[in-house]
Amino acid sequence: MEPKLIGDPVDRIDGKQKVTGGAHYAGDIKQPEMAYAVLVMSTIANGTIRDIDTADAEKLPGVLAIMTHKNTPRLPGYDANKPGATALGRVLHLLHDDRVDYSNQPIAMAIADSFEHAVDAANHVRVTYQAKTPAPGLPTSKAEPFRPQKLPRPDDPVDTQRGDLNKAMAAAEVSFKQTYHTPTQVHNALEPHTSVAIWEGKQLTIYQATQGIFPSRERIAEYFALPPENVRVIAQFVGGGFGSKGPVWADGVLAAMAAQYVKRPVKLELRRSDMFGMVGSRSATSQQLDIGASRSGDFLGMAHRSLNQTSVFDDFSEPAGILTRVLYKCPNQEVTHRSIRANIGSPSPMRAPGEAPGMFALESAIDELAYQLNMDPIALRLKNYAETDQQKELPFSSKSLRECYQQAADRFGWSKRLAAPRSMRDGNILIGMGMASAIYPTIRDEASAKIKLNADGTVLLSIGTQDIGTGSYTAMTQLAADAFGISPDRVTLRAGDTRQPKTPVSGGSRTTASAGSAVVQAAEAVILKAKQLALNDLKSPLNGQKESDMAVEKGRLFLKSDPKKGEALTALLKRNGGNALEASTSSKSGEEKEKYSMYAHGAQFAEVRIDEALGEIRVSKLTGAYAAGRIVNAKTAHSQLVGGIVWGVSMALLEHAIHDPRTNRIMNANLAEYHVPVNADIPDIDAFFIDEKDEIVNPAGVKGIGEIGITGSVAAIANAIYHATGKRIRELPITPDKILSFTA
Amino acid sequence: MTDNDNYMVDGAGRRWFLKQSTALAGTLLLPPLATPSSALPGTVPAASSTARPITLRVNRKTYKLTAEPRETLLDLMRNRLNLTGSKKGCDHGQCGACTVHIDGRRAYSCLTLAVMQQGRDITTIEGLGTESALHPLQAAFIEHDGFQCGFCTPGQLMAGAALLREGHTGSADEIREWMSGNICRCGAYPGIVAAIQSVKKGGTPG
Ligand code: FES
Ligand code: FES
Repeated sequence: MEPKLIGDPVDRIDGKQKVTGGAHYAGDIKQPEMAYAVLVMSTIANGTIRDIDTADAEKLPGVLAIMTHKNTPRLPGYDANKPGATALGRVLHLLHDDRVDYSNQPIAMAIADSFEHAVDAANHVRVTYQAKTPAPGLPTSKAEPFRPQKLPRPDDPVDTQRGDLNKAMAAAEVSFKQTYHTPTQVHNALEPHTSVAIWEGKQLTIYQATQGIFPSRERIAEYFALPPENVRVIAQFVGGGFGSKGPVWADGVLAAMAAQYVKRPVKLELRRSDMFGMVGSRSATSQQLDIGASRSGDFLGMAHRSLNQTSVFDDFSEPAGILTRVLYKCPNQEVTHRSIRANIGSPSPMRAPGEAPGMFALESAIDELAYQLNMDPIALRLKNYAETDQQKELPFSSKSLRECYQQAADRFGWSKRLAAPRSMRDGNILIGMGMASAIYPTIRDEASAKIKLNADGTVLLSIGTQDIGTGSYTAMTQLAADAFGISPDRVTLRAGDTRQPKTPVSGGSRTTASAGSAVVQAAEAVILKAKQLALNDLKSPLNGQKESDMAVEKGRLFLKSDPKKGEALTALLKRNGGNALEASTSSKSGEEKEKYSMYAHGAQFAEVRIDEALGEIRVSKLTGAYAAGRIVNAKTAHSQLVGGIVWGVSMALLEHAIHDPRTNRIMNANLAEYHVPVNADIPDIDAFFIDEKDEIVNPAGVKGIGEIGITGSVAAIANAIYHATGKRIRELPITPDKILSFTA
Repeated sequence: MTDNDNYMVDGAGRRWFLKQSTALAGTLLLPPLATPSSALPGTVPAASSTARPITLRVNRKTYKLTAEPRETLLDLMRNRLNLTGSKKGCDHGQCGACTVHIDGRRAYSCLTLAVMQQGRDITTIEGLGTESALHPLQAAFIEHDGFQCGFCTPGQLMAGAALLREGHTGSADEIREWMSGNICRCGAYPGIVAAIQSVKKGGTPG
């Protein structure tokens, strides 16, 4: 059977390395003379360091240095330590002063010849503080909310208004108002943040666990006042990121500082507990939803007012309301974002930042309204189906949400659901079914790629991008193979290195749309060169033909009107001196961005089984249909959906970083008490794609798929829990105590 | 011999290794390691005076070296034996990324002191199969995409291989329960279960 290439479930090109232990993550990198750094973390959340005593630690065997604010040389580019223009540039604590702004902030670094010696030394550093009362985060905070200057994505306004909300709400026959709460969450990629820094003169090489080798290179170069070319960041394999390895955090800079200080290569691998604070979190939110509707279910007015938390030293505002602007038709609307400051590590983007908590609130509210109106939740959504983006007043490049509702409902068996809450049971087990919409914007950034077509027909693709587990290496290879119509095993990929063409951060589900488009365009440029070679070549059967009349398939250039007329690319190249054809392109979005609104959509269904006496919640079935343009690799794309849906289960039922409101310390800073799902928590997941062709969205024809899975699944589960129990829990995570409590 | 005996994970089972997956794959040319591990000495000496000589048997190979009593098996293998396949996700016995077999039984190597493992047979992911001779479960993980980032994968595979041998693969639910000592933050659980089931079904000795 002829492989279809694009869309096929091609195995990951790095699969064998990953299953044999041969994949090298940053922590696996070794260097002769490499030293190990271990951080000392603050135990108060607000105040100053009164004294830091390193004498005992320095005497221990193998210790090379203890760096504190007292001896750390000032970074030449330290002035750049301000909030960056994007969500990637954060304010860092780099041992430059005695301030403590949050608990578990790095305040010293022990560097030794072995990991054991470094741990020992870090444990012997004695710190005394001048402590002040910390400002607590949500929901305890009494601080006055302020309007943030911006949301993480420059395209998203902080506040939006359309129509006349007050008038619409006054006229509405049915009105609904509720507040939803979501907790602080910590990404907890399984691979801890790790950097191995190596200085050679003024050249710095860092092997780093990062979602963005290029932003990392630029930010680190800035701190050391070096031209970016002097810094090389390499990420061969990254053990998950989920947003936490997107921003440039202190650990990468500290590793480079340590290596410079002790004049040896240094590995800094965060310990799991170190990851609760200094490498970001999902902000807790408190979101108020007001909806005014007609008795027949038309949305007349809607307000989504979201409150989030940020740190005392940086600005990041969780954009929880942004999808409310576009998901449903509603002429009168107001969406606002406000923040409070707290003595916590800076929040940051976490898988579907804003979208995940925002969609929990919005899609719970729509479900509540459906019960209030006595309508089927799908029918209510269809009644308010947005045919255009009312906020931007633009058409969608494509939207197949109707098909998603229908196909997912059929496969899930929605028709078997009895409408009334608490109406389905199996002995002592209450059964509930719920659903929610899913949506995620398609983001595309500037990216470049280089393609070389060799005379033997093989292709060398060079592109910087890292692969954080999403399958980017495989997708890039497939896109290049597809352009020439050759088998992916004819393609060699060079990636994961800032020495290769520049690509954006792997975040916001943008890699295939951005880097993939660059691959497609670089391949087109090479093919154009081949066409020109052919039309100017007297010996070619295509001599004198027009470029636009030719096409490439299966490695063969031919005339579209007469496919028999043509020749293999290898024959063409060999006859013309056997030289390779090469092209580099830089690719970014054009005017389509001004003309269209671009989103992937989906419909997620969930079934839960709840022990009536114990309140134990088991998710027994998850079915989701998603429409996201062209799917490059059915296998890895499916895993992306599944991963996102698992994150939905996790957010709905488990995750909660619990701050002690008196001390602001996270009380469960480990993987035993910060709950994430294990295998037994996850049922079979039926997640599938709907065919969707979108030639407007970008040259690769793809939409982002890494985050959409979480945007519907949280509310689908919460709605199923209501259907099972008759209890509406508006505060995540939904745990047995909340199900059993009679005051909820 | 029952099916459950078929999957030796300590090298003796190699005659049952599946032939290579036939699916298409490209070639990945990654930037060089700072120093290829082959250029580093096979074992790196312990730095401290509390170190004592020990003998470890890992993947059928004998290592004689000195170790400090506080060195975990995981850190020693990763930092000093160039066996970096086993991963450190938590260092506290909470994630399973460091799972190895000690005398055929699953163990979290981060909770295991190296000096206490003398005279035992230790098997890591490097001893399960190789790129050219994959263990059936390794091939099945690729086929069913039982991973994304791959960081939990060595631990999942060691746990899964033990499950097959122990006979805890009777149903999907049994597999889920017995695989719950290994966290996959990427959420590849359905693929992991499918991979283990497929090997269980296809499991006949060669
Ligand atoms: S590293 Fe051993 S269990 Fe997590
Ligand atoms: S594959 Fe990433 S943690 Fe399991």
